[in-house]
Amino acid sequence: MTSFLRKRVISSAIPLVFVVLGVFCLARLTGNPVDLYLPLSATPQQRAEFSAAHGFDDSIPVQLWDYLTNAARLDFGTSLRTGESAGSMVLKAFPVTLQLAGMTMLLAILGALLVGSLAAYRPNSLIDRIAGLLSMTAASIPDFWFAIVGVLVFGVGLDWLPTSGTLGGPEIWVLPIATLLIRPFGVLVQVVRGSMVGALSAPYVKVARSKGADPKRVVFGHALRNSITPVLTVAGDLTVGLVNGAVVVETIFGWPGIGKLMIDSILQRDFAVLQAAVLLTAVTIFALNILVDVCHALIDPRVRQAVPA
Amino acid sequence: MTPSTLPAPAGTGHPALEVEGLCVDLRTPSGTVRAVNGVGFQVRKGRTLALLGESGCGKSMTALSIAGLLDPTAEVTGGSVKVSGTDVLRLGRSGRRKLAGPVLSIVFQDALTALNPVQPVGRQLAEPFRIHRGMSRRAAREKAVELMTRVGIPEPRLRARAYPHQFSGGMRQRLLIAMAVALDPDVLIADEPTTALDVTVQAQIMRLLRDLQTERDMALVLITHDLAVVAQRADDVVVMYAGNVVETGPVAEVFSRPRHPYTKGLLDSVPEHAVRGRPLPAVPGSPPELSAVPAGCVFQARCPLAQERCAQERPRLTSVGASRSAACHFSEELDRA
Repeated sequence: MTSFLRKRVISSAIPLVFVVLGVFCLARLTGNPVDLYLPLSATPQQRAEFSAAHGFDDSIPVQLWDYLTNAARLDFGTSLRTGESAGSMVLKAFPVTLQLAGMTMLLAILGALLVGSLAAYRPNSLIDRIAGLLSMTAASIPDFWFAIVGVLVFGVGLDWLPTSGTLGGPEIWVLPIATLLIRPFGVLVQVVRGSMVGALSAPYVKVARSKGADPKRVVFGHALRNSITPVLTVAGDLTVGLVNGAVVVETIFGWPGIGKLMIDSILQRDFAVLQAAVLLTAVTIFALNILVDVCHALIDPRVRQAVPA
Repeated sequence: MTPSTLPAPAGTGHPALEVEGLCVDLRTPSGTVRAVNGVGFQVRKGRTLALLGESGCGKSMTALSIAGLLDPTAEVTGGSVKVSGTDVLRLGRSGRRKLAGPVLSIVFQDALTALNPVQPVGRQLAEPFRIHRGMSRRAAREKAVELMTRVGIPEPRLRARAYPHQFSGGMRQRLLIAMAVALDPDVLIADEPTTALDVTVQAQIMRLLRDLQTERDMALVLITHDLAVVAQRADDVVVMYAGNVVETGPVAEVFSRPRHPYTKGLLDSVPEHAVRGRPLPAVPGSPPELSAVPAGCVFQARCPLAQERCAQERPRLTSVGASRSAACHFSEELDRA
């Protein structure tokens, strides 16, 4: 298992280097920050001073070298907007998004396992059809629409829930999580159902039933673990989507997460912050993929064995 | 088709398994078809009955309906299945579950897919003891190791922690058999237990089955398309064709003097009877689609003896001697030929 993990981490590190380079280059393509930050009336001397202060007057390779050596020391420069360290800004925003995404995925996976398994146990039953309809609808609703309607109905109309902000009790979580939840939940119900139907028709399930196993034992003792692999893969992808796509929800509900930070940084050419945010997101995505792989290996002994030590 | 009862085979006591007039319907996209039509037989403890037939003749479907493991698209529509005197078709789901293991058990054919790939085999072998005897994990595990020793798995204590893919095909089949006999069932159904194995391993597995059967005094239903296995291992044989029983009786008599042209055709097509330079004799044609079984005799289209009567009237399974029956209008003529 340790060697499995080591191999997996090393194989992720290489693409990560390309992400670091890619981020640097792309950020330079969005325009010159000097033009954006200084008024049109700024003198050439003022421009030169600004450039020198932030290192924009160096050649691109020198800028890249500085960026890389600093990044290796986890120093991502300072924000042009606030003067704060980019690293600390990103680290402050990140837990907000992580909490939101983590909570959402936990609920989505547990809910989908339950609903999907129930639907799969008797294909074409009433439960299956209702679950199919609901999950299809959930997977198709655009999140921004759901968020706006949610705010309108529960926030403004009924006044049950706050419309935005992160101050208050547990009720502040309801609308953001519900908004983020519906699509992953809908997709996962379908995935769980599909893979559970497959597992339940496998010969080993017939054998389990021939030993007198009751439905609970058949589903949770035998079929679930066999059907969870594709669910984890899809859940991993969806989580990546959540970490990135939190942009919409964070903007609508005013949550100071990484999505909002990224949008703001792009709009204001705040290179340092943008680079740090994208880099952290990329690291998270790689970490997530490793986590999914580790889960696969824990669940399926054949995966463990397929990786040479 | 009227349900048929066969004359009881030789032996004493109450039959461990008694099937009468079993009918199974299968729902397909193009309508409901009858997959098993009035099948009946009896097996006593310690005896072996072979269900013989081509793929799709309904022999596996018969086994699955006895064990209560039919897919939701199939349904038993008639007949009775008595296991040790209890009509299992009248039992509810939980009643059947209580019998599954201690009274009736089944060995499936493909041991790789029949064992759960993500569970150590020891745990799978311990499951019958956990379910039916309420044993602790530790006690059930000891039982599993005992079973593995009995069926000849080397280093059983160590191997109990291994997963199915870490065993050879023959070893997997041994594990599957061990699991099926864990609770000393009265009736053991073996659904083509050796099809996926090579010939030497086949022989070992058949020997293991025979030893376990003698040791535990089980009634064995052997489902197969292998005539050699039937000849060597079975006491009685039921020959099935397109969901119907066409001939039944003690193996030695049926094989030496078949009374149904299908049985005769099968026996003639064994390569030992072949003559060098001539094509192997075979039963011409192929079995009818279940949705297009003819009105008269099910075998008429491929039968060398077929006459007009066969197209109109389906022959009933009738007694053709002590403990023997055949479903053919011309079974007498066949015997004289």
